[in-house]
Amino acid sequence: MSVLLQVRKTAQPAPATVSEPRRRPSRRAILLLSAAAIWILGFLVLNGTATLALPASELTDLHRSLNQFNAWVAANRADNPLFLYVFTPLRSAVDAVASLFTTTFAATATGLRLPEIGWLGTVGLLTWIALAVGNVRVALLTAAVFVFFGIQGLFVEATYTFALVLTAVLLTLLVGIPLGILAGIYGRVARVITPVLDFMQTLPTFVYLAPLALVFLIGPASAVIATVIYAAPPVIRLTAHGIRRIPDNTREASDSLGTTGLQRLLTLQLPMARRTIVMGINQGTMAALSMVTIAALIAAPGLGQTVVRALQSLDVGTAVNAGLSIVLLAIVLDRVTTAASRRAEPGSARRRRLSRRTRTVLLGISFAVVLVMVQLSRTVLWAAAFPADLNLGPQIVQAVNSASHWLQSNLSLFTVSLREGVTGAVLNPFQSLLTDTPFYVLVTVIAIVAYALGGWKLATLATACLGVIIYLGLWSDSMVTLAGTLVATAVVMVLGIVFGVAMGRSSRVDQFLRPLLDAGQTMPSFVYLVPFLGLFGATRFTAIVAGIIYAAPVAIKITADGISGISPTVVESAVASGSTPWQVITKVQLPMARQSLALAANQGLIYVLAMVVVGALVGAGGLGYDVVAGFVQSSIFGKGLAAGLAIVFLGIMMDRMTQAAAAAPARRIPSKSTT
Amino acid sequence: MNNPAISVRNLWKVFGPGGEKIPANRELSALSSAELLERTRCVAAVRNLSFDVAKGEVFVVMGLSGSGKSTLVRCLTRLIEPTSGQVLVDGNDVLQAGTAELRELRRRKVSMVFQHFGLLPHRTVLDNVSYGLQIRGAGKSERHARAREIIELVGLKGYEQHYPDQLSGGMQQRVGLGRALSGDPDTILFDEPFSALDPLIRRDMQAEVIRLHKEMGKTMVFVTHDLSEALKLGDRILIMRNGEPVQCGTGDDLVGSPADKYIEDFVSEVPRADVLTLKWITRPLADTTPRDAAVLNSRLIIRDAIPAVMHSSCPVLVEEGGRITGQIDRDSILSVLQAAEAAA
Repeated sequence: MSVLLQVRKTAQPAPATVSEPRRRPSRRAILLLSAAAIWILGFLVLNGTATLALPASELTDLHRSLNQFNAWVAANRADNPLFLYVFTPLRSAVDAVASLFTTTFAATATGLRLPEIGWLGTVGLLTWIALAVGNVRVALLTAAVFVFFGIQGLFVEATYTFALVLTAVLLTLLVGIPLGILAGIYGRVARVITPVLDFMQTLPTFVYLAPLALVFLIGPASAVIATVIYAAPPVIRLTAHGIRRIPDNTREASDSLGTTGLQRLLTLQLPMARRTIVMGINQGTMAALSMVTIAALIAAPGLGQTVVRALQSLDVGTAVNAGLSIVLLAIVLDRVTTAASRRAEPGSARRRRLSRRTRTVLLGISFAVVLVMVQLSRTVLWAAAFPADLNLGPQIVQAVNSASHWLQSNLSLFTVSLREGVTGAVLNPFQSLLTDTPFYVLVTVIAIVAYALGGWKLATLATACLGVIIYLGLWSDSMVTLAGTLVATAVVMVLGIVFGVAMGRSSRVDQFLRPLLDAGQTMPSFVYLVPFLGLFGATRFTAIVAGIIYAAPVAIKITADGISGISPTVVESAVASGSTPWQVITKVQLPMARQSLALAANQGLIYVLAMVVVGALVGAGGLGYDVVAGFVQSSIFGKGLAAGLAIVFLGIMMDRMTQAAAAAPARRIPSKSTT
Repeated sequence: MNNPAISVRNLWKVFGPGGEKIPANRELSALSSAELLERTRCVAAVRNLSFDVAKGEVFVVMGLSGSGKSTLVRCLTRLIEPTSGQVLVDGNDVLQAGTAELRELRRRKVSMVFQHFGLLPHRTVLDNVSYGLQIRGAGKSERHARAREIIELVGLKGYEQHYPDQLSGGMQQRVGLGRALSGDPDTILFDEPFSALDPLIRRDMQAEVIRLHKEMGKTMVFVTHDLSEALKLGDRILIMRNGEPVQCGTGDDLVGSPADKYIEDFVSEVPRADVLTLKWITRPLADTTPRDAAVLNSRLIIRDAIPAVMHSSCPVLVEEGGRITGQIDRDSILSVLQAAEAAA
């Protein structure tokens, strides 16, 4: 945090000294400087005292009582009315839907690893669905990718993941679209829902899992419920946005003709919001895929489990193979839902080459073909199970493994020295600055920084969050996570500014980079770990690099949008008065895009935090490790649950502080103009 | 006006917290807009307005932006809920109407044309025009047949299957006009319908409205900020300022005898000869004028009288209701033209 702040702060006083003296920024600078001084002094003088370190296997009383709570839930699951009448029926209902799809597309419960409609039927049916909601191109892509899953030897895993995503998306829409409609129509509902959604979206995927596993047990049902919770916010948000965005004059015109509320919804609001709603479905689907893969940690079947197992046994080949499947599945889901949203665009009907009737006839014919394929799958063996002689999975795994070995042995000079260099020169010193300083010094420092950024309210909030973390007994682990997050965020911001400025200034760079960034954003967090595991081995550094790569696209895009959003007149006038490009960037574009930069830092931080936590799977310590270990060993379940909570509070604190930093300059301008 | 189409009495619309108390409060309701804003943080967009619109009349509400004219026209069908007062449409109080009654009024009696058209982008011209009929439950073939008639009437034949974004602004507003006409309402409200259009297209559309009014004889309430449009279309014109009525009368009333300095400024650039009738320049009959001179009606526009007066060697007589009320001569016409030139 304060690394960022120091950068920002040193940038600020420069113009202040030129223009007339201002009181507020200089006071803020003094506060921040004194916070830094206290911190360094505290580190030097009181090094190693009151660090609240807790060894990995040790528990606090709180953790033990959470363990007891876990045991109590397990013992009373059968007769507690809350479980009997609420949680267990919900779980069975979700399980029923999930198993309907998994048996259809992935594998029946007979243990034969055969889907109900065979692999050929599955490929046929899914291709037909892609054709019906999208177009021929995405249908061909779907067919190709699902056949490729078979060639990878991962057909059952991939279809398991797909079936869970499908279940979760359908349930998400069932919950999300009505809520979104309500929020879009009634401002009051939106005011209640929005902060809840904001909060839900700042949480890393990871922290949903432990509490849900506690209530719903591990398995597909919990995975689906966790996914619905994670995927619902974008659906709700975009549905509401689509309805609220309808121009007042259109709504008024329809009212002037005497529409009832229901008529307005059906003839005006839903049709006009359709495109945005389908975009929400796209985002929700991508979020669902991300969550379903991570839910492997609570025993959700599918590709995620293959990756997790491979990561834990450092089997790079298998991880890459399964990771590739996840990437391909992400591409298919993204393309099909994007094509569906194109189709939903107003007026897209008139650009179509086929008339509606021809299209219906063609879909009917192709559906008949699908039925034949399904029937074939149920009668002929080669159409039921993917042919074994086409399974190239082992060869792929082998090839990747040898490539990885070659890279590690031949590039080790580069990779190892980079890793050791960065770890020794930056990571370790910064981490010890956080972990070895007494906790009370750090709490004071963070409170001062929070006060400087957002006044008493923010200082109280930050102190409270830290208080909870201390109460949870995980101060030291939290500081390890914080250190990794801050270092990665700093790098993300550098990348964000460099590439964002380049994209904002040149539309050609933008055109080149944007598709890459868009693609990067649709990938589930976890596949980022795989290639870096191959390069750098299982260390904290790997998790941080993955976090940087995962978070950079969002930071770059926000920065680029901020830069290109600046009025061209302002830039033109700066050029006309003889500024060099460098002067335009530093004196006009970056200062004017300050708000976007702060937003980029905020979003980057949240993404990095999510990844640094997941990075526990490849050797990053800290809170993520506690969470993962909690899933595995019931003796430290309580500690894992507490670590999940600590992540939440750490996330809230950093989110609010960066938001305050984003809001602060805007607040200063009016106060200056009034005096 | 025995049986007005619309009758408005003491209408108020106050925006802001506690606005509903202001019309009844004698002290607050007398304050000026600025004082009211200062004291109550409320804005009175329409203050104590009363007027009648006769059946078949084109009634124009005119004012600068922020004068409350758009709010007023929305209060007539409660698209904006009025704060207090009375609005009678065909003798029925709109403000007392229940939801279903109000919906019926909007569906069958009063429709509206909007400044920014408010068309549905996902529907074709045909479906936009028939939207109102669909809303009130007409079957598909019935509403499409009716919509085709209307589309022809507003001059869009051949564009039935186009989407709004494929049409020019003027054509889009023809769709808006068609949508308002399709339900065959008694009254059409226009909220600055042509402000967003180019001047030339605006002129076409004004001519279109005049034509439709002649053919169909609908009552029209027309809001505009353009004085020449008001004079061109309006049987009577209500000028508003800060939510209050300043003057209400025919075009030549406003130009000939402005109620105050504000209206005087407003109409100063109007070519008076084009608007004023002979009534405004008639002088008392002189003894020297021959009794058999040419006779003109006092309601003739001055410009139209020019040839007759210029070709006559003596002053021309002016009659009103069969009775000679006075005379005009070349000097009186020239003085009007000269004043206009001086103003220009």
